[in-house]
Amino acid sequence: MALIDLSKKEVHCKIVYYGAGRCGKTTNLLYIYNAMNTKNRGKMLTIDTKGDRTLFFDLLPLNLGKISGFDIRIQLYTVPGQVMYAATRKLVLKGVDGIVFVADPLRVRKERNKESLEDLRKNLKDYHLNLDEMPLVMQYNKRDLADTPIPTLTIAELEDDLNKELKRKYFEAIAIKGNGVFETLKEISKQTVHQVAVKHLLTTL
Amino acid sequence: MPDFVLTSSMLEKSKNILVNSLINAGVRTVLLIDSAGNILVNLGQTADEIDAISLAALAAANLGATAQIAKLIGEDDFTLLFHKGKNGNINFGRIGNDLILITIFGEDVSLGLVRCRITDISESLRIIFEG
Ligand SMILES: Nc1nc2c(ncn2[C@@H]2O[C@H](COP(=O)(O)OP(=O)(O)OP(=O)(O)O)[C@@H](O)[C@H]2O)c(=O)[nH]1
Ligand SMILES: [Mg+2]
Repeated sequence: MALIDLSKKEVHCKIVYYGAGRCGKTTNLLYIYNAMNTKNRGKMLTIDTKGDRTLFFDLLPLNLGKISGFDIRIQLYTVPGQVMYAATRKLVLKGVDGIVFVADPLRVRKERNKESLEDLRKNLKDYHLNLDEMPLVMQYNKRDLADTPIPTLTIAELEDDLNKELKRKYFEAIAIKGNGVFETLKEISKQTVHQVAVKHLLTTL
Repeated sequence: MPDFVLTSSMLEKSKNILVNSLINAGVRTVLLIDSAGNILVNLGQTADEIDAISLAALAAANLGATAQIAKLIGEDDFTLLFHKGKNGNINFGRIGNDLILITIFGEDVSLGLVRCRITDISESLRIIFEG
């Protein structure tokens, strides 16, 4: 649910990083936080973490500059990926405008990725949103592991598991090093802002 | 949940109501947010003193969680949510279906007064934003 503030000329959108536990959602936000100019980002809010596991959510507000006179403000959220935090995950999704689905390439996480995508679809449906109509980008993270002996899924397998019907843009990423992180962010921001603009006939946007 | 288009007239009308009834009664900060955590109106203490974005996100999540807790024990929702501190108190109230009014005030203002005022203005606020 975007907020369009006509008096301040601001558009606020909510983008949620979704995906199974430990796939690298928080790592994406941390990289963006550290790489962005302080002028264009707010405080990163990380609450209730236990070790490095997210228990509630992370939030990073960004200022993406002006488009046709409107200030574009984006709030990035991550959900807690672990299965037991289903209720919290759903709460964070409330009012979402765009989604990054982060997939873990570990072969042992194959089913977890698929379950997480189904969980996303179901939670959106409960909010009367349809995944097929949402701005959505896939991120295949931890590509560095492909060069190690750890059994990983190939891009073709990930595409087949997750993106066969959705057919969305995907990005390969190594979030700890930042590879693919801004490419993902740019694409989802573009799609999200575009959708909001079209919906509200802000033809100027 | 549809997108929210905030116009200058909505902002002016609601600001008038909130200043007259709450800020003039001594309430330090008033934030009106939606349940996704977006800030619609921010009055009182300036943004530098309070991290309003974080506050709004946490408040929205907090009320969402509270509603879930209510359901678990067979209630629809809890109508009041209040935290008391040493120097300040914070009260959360729902306005209509999708808005949350956050008030922060000190010991000099009574919770009873704040709640009465909020009850008085709830309906006018709801009409401004939800029609
Ligand atoms: N090798 C490798 N490790 C990564 C990469 N991205 C993240 N990690 C590691 O994976 C682990 C989990 O990352 P997080 O970002 O905390 O995962 P999360 O998705 O937020 O997990 P939850 O909060 O439990 O849902 C951490 O130890 C990261 O350092 C990557 O690109 N390559
Ligand atoms: Mg996390």
